[in-house]
Amino acid sequence: MSLAVVTANRLADGRVVYLGEQGWSTHIGKAAIADSEVVAAALLAVGQAAAVAREVVSPYLIDVAEAKGVPRPTLRRERVRAAGPTVRPDLGYQAEQEA
Amino acid sequence: MYRYDDFDQRIIDERVSQFRDQVRRRLNGELSEEEFKPLRLMNGVYLQLHSYMLRIAIPYGVLSSRQLRTLAHIARRYDKGYGHFTTRQNIQFHWPKLAEVPDILAELAGVQMHAIQTSGNSFRNVTADHYAGVVANEIEDPRIYAEVIRQWSTLHPEFSFLPRKFKIAISGATRDRAAVKTHDIGLFIRKGDGDRIGFEVVVGGGQGRTPFIAKTIRKFLPEQDLLSYLEAIMRVYNEFGRRDNLFKARIKILVHELGIEKFTAMVEEEWADSRDYTATLPPDEIARIRTHFAPPAYESVATPVVGLEAKRFEDRDFARWVRHNIAAHRQPGYAIVNLSLKRIGETPGDATAEQMDAIALLADRYSLGEVRVTHEQNLVLPHVKQADLSALWQALARLDLATPNIGLATDIVACPGLDYCSLANARSIPIAQRIAQRLADLDRQELTRELRINISGCINACGHHHVGHIGILGVDKQGEEFYQLTLGGHAEEDASLGSIVGPAFSSDDIVGAVEGVIDTYLAERRGDERFIDTCRRVGLQPFKERLYGAH
Amino acid sequence: MALIKAGKLVRDRWRFLADDESLPTEVSIVISLERWLREQSALLAWDAPLGIRLKAGQHPKAIAQHIERFALIALEFPKFTDGRPYSYARLVRQRYRYRGELRATGQVLRDQLLFMHRCGFDAFEIVDSDVLAAWCAAFAEISVFYQRAADRQPTVLELRHRRDPTGEGYTAPAQTKGTAA
Repeated sequence: MSLAVVTANRLADGRVVYLGEQGWSTHIGKAAIADSEVVAAALLAVGQAAAVAREVVSPYLIDVAEAKGVPRPTLRRERVRAAGPTVRPDLGYQAEQEA
Repeated sequence: MYRYDDFDQRIIDERVSQFRDQVRRRLNGELSEEEFKPLRLMNGVYLQLHSYMLRIAIPYGVLSSRQLRTLAHIARRYDKGYGHFTTRQNIQFHWPKLAEVPDILAELAGVQMHAIQTSGNSFRNVTADHYAGVVANEIEDPRIYAEVIRQWSTLHPEFSFLPRKFKIAISGATRDRAAVKTHDIGLFIRKGDGDRIGFEVVVGGGQGRTPFIAKTIRKFLPEQDLLSYLEAIMRVYNEFGRRDNLFKARIKILVHELGIEKFTAMVEEEWADSRDYTATLPPDEIARIRTHFAPPAYESVATPVVGLEAKRFEDRDFARWVRHNIAAHRQPGYAIVNLSLKRIGETPGDATAEQMDAIALLADRYSLGEVRVTHEQNLVLPHVKQADLSALWQALARLDLATPNIGLATDIVACPGLDYCSLANARSIPIAQRIAQRLADLDRQELTRELRINISGCINACGHHHVGHIGILGVDKQGEEFYQLTLGGHAEEDASLGSIVGPAFSSDDIVGAVEGVIDTYLAERRGDERFIDTCRRVGLQPFKERLYGAH
Repeated sequence: MALIKAGKLVRDRWRFLADDESLPTEVSIVISLERWLREQSALLAWDAPLGIRLKAGQHPKAIAQHIERFALIALEFPKFTDGRPYSYARLVRQRYRYRGELRATGQVLRDQLLFMHRCGFDAFEIVDSDVLAAWCAAFAEISVFYQRAADRQPTVLELRHRRDPTGEGYTAPAQTKGTAA
């Protein structure tokens, strides 16, 4: 299988977040990368527990490839989701990188 | 425009409290996401690609300047400084926080606005002709009945859990500017014997995965039977609409599978059986609502308006703007002004908070405090004196709202697409931007004349590409964005669905393909045929040859 | 499972009888539509109070002819998103003028109670009976309505134009007010 990370939206404000060692982050670079089905399932279970605990909504796994240590989603939709609208570089996570 | 009475206000105030409590119960765990999701959808809250999205209702596209100012305030205070006007005359905000939505709704309720049923499987915003009440040759103002239907359909206890969403549109003129035949139920105001008001009722229109043009179920329905007849249609749909398959759940599928004759018979039987106990529409209520839409106190203006012709002669840019963005008003000396939200290279339908505030000011100064939203993602100032056109134009130009392209090639309708929407397969906004940039030359746009380009980022067709003269559907082919071209769609009373020309184009090639289509039209057209006329006359073959080579 | 009626938790005196169970000597059984259609004459002749449970998709016209035989009609919501029982309820109350207990069963959630009540349900089988007050508060969340339904509350239209909704003299709504949630 390819690599995977767990993503969700934060319940209260809807922000896109990724599950990492230190919990949820808006930066996909901090996501924990699953390199096997077992690890992926375990990560997803953690995500689902967070949904039950009302931290996030709808956690799911996405396929990624590793590009210079940062996970790069396979699906274009997930790449846009990770960065922000391509037509508004001033919005979304991509804009916060400078901050 | 309609002003709430205490009852209207109470309903939306109580709705805000109800939703505030539902949000509280979601955040504290009493409600699961599965239980909460239909409730938040019924209040216009989606969970979208980047964030939550809030869709606010603008009933039949009418806004007061005060309401527009509040939308600007919401954009600034709760969102990221802009909003998006949609193809159903609503506005969307792409970045609200769930925890703050009840506060947003409370602020909206303060100006008689709401987000009730802008999503979910119930009645959505009732849309109407954006020139309602100000255009000549109108049979009757459709907003009267749009407001009647809005009230009847709000928190309807029997029809709040339909198989799928339900969209109604109404037109009161001979020319259909509301795409009535693409709706689940469409209404055309007609005059019957003795000049009485009634409706031609059409059902089963829709776009999306399986597009259909609506079919007539009743040639003439008397005015007082409007609500009881709608209930009969809804009851048949509620019972027989499919609930097992999301993609076959709209009424258009039911009408198609039963056939219009059988569907009509079922509705007529239901109507006969239920007339005594379902909705009534008493004449005094129609009269009460009608008074809200009485023409405003226009000034008496001598025509032709002095100086207007001279200004048009002197200033070519002003003349061009008047030529394309102004529509004739029923009141002598007045004009309907279209504000283009399609600046070349920008996102179709987006407006910043600053622009909204500025438009509200201009509406107060020049349009008796009223603004309209069209289903083509533009705005309208409906009550402008011709004598004010030059000053207004200059003010709009300073705000980048005077692009003289209404109805022309760069007046592109595009859904938010993959940049914003989790349903999308491809981006639509960058395609709209690139096409607009390629076609920007105003002289060439005038040469090309009336041309409607619609772009959807997925098969759900929120960009209404099926009824675009040129329709573009974004698809995903092995991870790459491709764009399928359709030609010959049309949204007016002689509605038609576009036909696919051939294999989809890559992102690199689609702009050139659109240009090729336009070149072909210009080569083929006879006399002053519009694009749609030429397209209907010559068929797809010349376009196919140009795009794919002769076979 | 608990039953709400008139703002209170009440004991359910009805029992659902499986299709293959024989008619008991005790009273107050609820049967399926299939059983009713199969044993109609016997059940019509039988003396005891009878209830019937209809699934979504089982249109009440199937029982219209003998509707007064039933002291209870239960309409099942297979999922709370299935809106067919709302139409059935209005039909039963407003066209067939049924006066017995009309019960919502299946997936009955608090946030649909108000719509159910307006459509004519007067009894609600709920799973989570913990916070009765919260459930009852749901009935009072919206106090006025645009459209006519099966409840006897005057609509906005009637209030605006001061019309008597029933022709029999206006009766105050029988809504219960639970304590605020």
